[in-house]
Amino acid sequence: MIFYLLRRLGMILLTLLLASVIIFSVTQLLPGDVAHVILGQFATPQAVENLREELGLNRPVVVQYWDWLTNFIRGDWGISMVSRLEVRPMIMGRLRNSLMLAAVSLVLYVPLGIFLGVIAALKEDRLVDQAISGISMAFAGLPEFVTGLILIGILAISLDILPANSSIEPETSFKDAFPFLILPAITVSLTSLGYIARMTRSSTIDVLRADYTRAAYMKGLPRWQVLTKHVLRNSLLPTVTVVAIGIGYLIGGLIVTEAVFGYPGVGRLLIYGIQRRDLPLIQAISMLIVAVYSFSNLAADILYGVLNPRIRLGG
Amino acid sequence: MTTENKPTVLEVKNLWVTYATENGPLDTVRNISMKIRRGEIYGLVGESGSGKTTLARALVRYLPSNGSITKGTITLGETDLLALSPREMRKVWGARVTMVHQDPSKAINPSIPVGEQIAEVARVHLGMSRAQARHKALEMLEKVQLPDPESVAGRYAHQLSGGMLQRILIATALTTNPQFLIMDEPTTALDVTTEAVILDLVRDLLHEYQTAVLYITHNLGVVARICDRVGVMYAGEMMEEGSIQQVFKQELHPYTLGLLGCVPRIDMCKLDIDLHTIPGFIPRPNALPHGCIFAPRCAIAEEACRQERPPLVEVAEGHLSACRRWAEVADNMQKIVPLEKDREEVDQQDVPLLLDARNIEKQFKLRRQGLSNLFSWKPDVVRAVDNMSIRVRKGATMGIVGESGCGKTTFARCIAGFEEATSGDIFLEGEALPRSIAQRSKSTLKKIQLVFQNPDASLNPQHPVGVSVGRPLALLGNVLQSEIDQRVRELFEAVNLPADYVNRLPHELSGGEKQRVAIARAFAANPDLMILDEPISSLDVSVQASLMNLLAELQKAKGTSYLFISHDLAAVRHLSDWIAVVYLGRVWEIGSAEDVFAPPYHPYTEALLSAIPLPDPAIHQERIRLHGSVPSAVNIPSGCRFHTRCPRKIGTICETEDPPWQNVNRFHSICCHIPLEQLTAMQVPVASETGKEQP
Repeated sequence: MIFYLLRRLGMILLTLLLASVIIFSVTQLLPGDVAHVILGQFATPQAVENLREELGLNRPVVVQYWDWLTNFIRGDWGISMVSRLEVRPMIMGRLRNSLMLAAVSLVLYVPLGIFLGVIAALKEDRLVDQAISGISMAFAGLPEFVTGLILIGILAISLDILPANSSIEPETSFKDAFPFLILPAITVSLTSLGYIARMTRSSTIDVLRADYTRAAYMKGLPRWQVLTKHVLRNSLLPTVTVVAIGIGYLIGGLIVTEAVFGYPGVGRLLIYGIQRRDLPLIQAISMLIVAVYSFSNLAADILYGVLNPRIRLGG
Repeated sequence: MTTENKPTVLEVKNLWVTYATENGPLDTVRNISMKIRRGEIYGLVGESGSGKTTLARALVRYLPSNGSITKGTITLGETDLLALSPREMRKVWGARVTMVHQDPSKAINPSIPVGEQIAEVARVHLGMSRAQARHKALEMLEKVQLPDPESVAGRYAHQLSGGMLQRILIATALTTNPQFLIMDEPTTALDVTTEAVILDLVRDLLHEYQTAVLYITHNLGVVARICDRVGVMYAGEMMEEGSIQQVFKQELHPYTLGLLGCVPRIDMCKLDIDLHTIPGFIPRPNALPHGCIFAPRCAIAEEACRQERPPLVEVAEGHLSACRRWAEVADNMQKIVPLEKDREEVDQQDVPLLLDARNIEKQFKLRRQGLSNLFSWKPDVVRAVDNMSIRVRKGATMGIVGESGCGKTTFARCIAGFEEATSGDIFLEGEALPRSIAQRSKSTLKKIQLVFQNPDASLNPQHPVGVSVGRPLALLGNVLQSEIDQRVRELFEAVNLPADYVNRLPHELSGGEKQRVAIARAFAANPDLMILDEPISSLDVSVQASLMNLLAELQKAKGTSYLFISHDLAAVRHLSDWIAVVYLGRVWEIGSAEDVFAPPYHPYTEALLSAIPLPDPAIHQERIRLHGSVPSAVNIPSGCRFHTRCPRKIGTICETEDPPWQNVNRFHSICCHIPLEQLTAMQVPVASETGKEQP
């Protein structure tokens, strides 16, 4: 197990290193010079040259990469070229916001998705199943700005029970931020619910058909006990993986939702950085997202192993 | 032994089971009546599709949602089961009625320790506390003779062997001391040696518990070994019912006779007899023939049989038959089975060698999983095949037998080149072959062809079967595109498939037909050597028989050599001229089929032979049992690698020294420390004609 963990951690480091190369080269390949962007199109060539010198942009690319990487590892993520502020505190504040939204969303859609998936599996091919599968997939297909706007229309404008705008101040406590998190979280949940429900449904159907489930019924165990003890323990295993992959998406991928509600999360900061060609910001956020994806996958695999005795104890 | 005066536990009267399907209702089980008494084991036999499992599930009211009992009554003790509500039925399940399922590795929940899976039954039905139930589980594990119940109880399904898992299912089923137990093919997924041990255990335990048992199987030998009464089912109806002695010795239905005739005998082979086969297929419940449902496949059917369906009548005390001509069945026995032939003796010495595989070894590296690899950075080495030498003569069959995990399939794959042997030499007609298939020439590939166990997995589901058979013709046979169709038709004819089948897709064929296609495909390249890896194991007895006849016939016509791999010793005996007995990657006995099946035996061969369930209750078999399972090929025991399980072990020499090869005659050798004379002296010929009759 320890060997396995070390190997996986090694793989993650490798992934991050590879990602850093790709992220760095892509940002280098972007058209337009940062100095030009900062100074505007009417800058004198001398001013541009001075700024390039100052930012270290005229050094060889490999040296720039090495400097960036070592600084990044040391925790010095650079200074935003646009706002001239340190990048790290900027991102960390946003990361905190994203984590709050992710937590609320997960608590909302994971249990609900599992519940709907199990119900659909138990009523396989009947009306309830078709309704659950159809509706949840429809929401998964709808773009977030559509569901988001509909929710704002109903819950914020017509009923006026929740704020339509979620642009919270930095450092807002979770308690104070909570009302502002509900609408974006529901929007995200509606999108992700379908995947969880579908995954749970198909694996539960498989397990319900398994010989050991039949054997459990034939033992005369109460229905709920067969379901909770014999079925779910096996059928929720694949769902764990889907949930973990969802975490990566919740941290870095909620660009549209954050935009609709004006929520200051990591996704919006990334778009902001891209629009202004703020290289240190883009690089740091990209690295962060890769890391979140890698570690949530690792967490999923470990959890899967813990829940599955075949992996926990070996063959 | 007699159970006739014991109280009836289960009584079924005129039971009909109907499935609602897209094509309307299907009466899958029709008009079944039966009684099972206390302490009686009732065997239910029949080909797949005969409705055995449906009947069993109907008896305990556990049918799929589209199935229902439309007529009849089921009485368990004093209870009318059909009158119970689902909630009341759940109190019967697991308490008064239990079930042992077919594949133990699938019927045990992989995520719950096995002890808990027994204990939960005790808690729900016996009202025990957690501690009491745990104790009960350990007691039951001991009852089924599992060593170290404490440690077994805490393990998960994947950590236990098939035989151990089946014991756990039996322990679970007996926990509540039920009135009625259903065992659905409980040993079909197990090795013959494990099967024998489990059958002994089942017989002893059920004798102790006095449970009424419905034992479903397709294996007539198993029925003969453990059942008291037997019912023969066909297409949803009972054809014949009686005591074991009656049904096996005075068959009163041609179907029973047919089934018995399909089973190869261990005292005769392809040179002596053709196996009896039952032509045609079981009819679907919506396409039953007008008169007797068996008439279209019956050898003694006459016009009157096709007019009216004969009822099941008691023709002797406790012996029922649904044949109009029951009185003539026995007289016609000679006409039906066996189909004896004049033996053509071939002097084996004159036949040249085709395949000469010398000192084949195959090792796999295994990465350990779980916590154990904390301490080991080096992968384990599995010695799957460890110095095996086997020769195959032209036009002859070499049978390879052994338990699963003994390396027989790996050896065959090395010969075929699918696995690259780690070391060793393979000569085909004196010419050395590269070990890897990638380095073999087209003409070599053409000479060695294979038939696999599972035709579903070996035929492309998207291709019409004619295309599958045509591929090797185009790739290896140098056949012109214009001639391929003609050749495919010839091949289909050779394997007795209708010519219009060429355009069908695999899913439109039955299992036996698919295997015929696989055989036709293997013959398409006109090979010299055909590797048959368990080609008939997954099929019904009647289909097995017809395929064995087909293989024997094709071999005679084309002179092809077979390397026949099987765990079914009777099938190996029937088809093989030569037999090699394999254990843990090595050959322990090799010789002509007749020699291997007669003393002196290697102790392993002796145990294998003693384990075969023979479909004849009169034959007495020595009870020689192998306990435990084949040791892991990672840690091969020292000395004679069979010593850990050998019932004839003589002492420390077995543990320390490799046994020597001893020659019985020029072609028959045994690798054992025990001198041949001693082996001969202590061994009884296993259940041949000279076998002792039971007192």
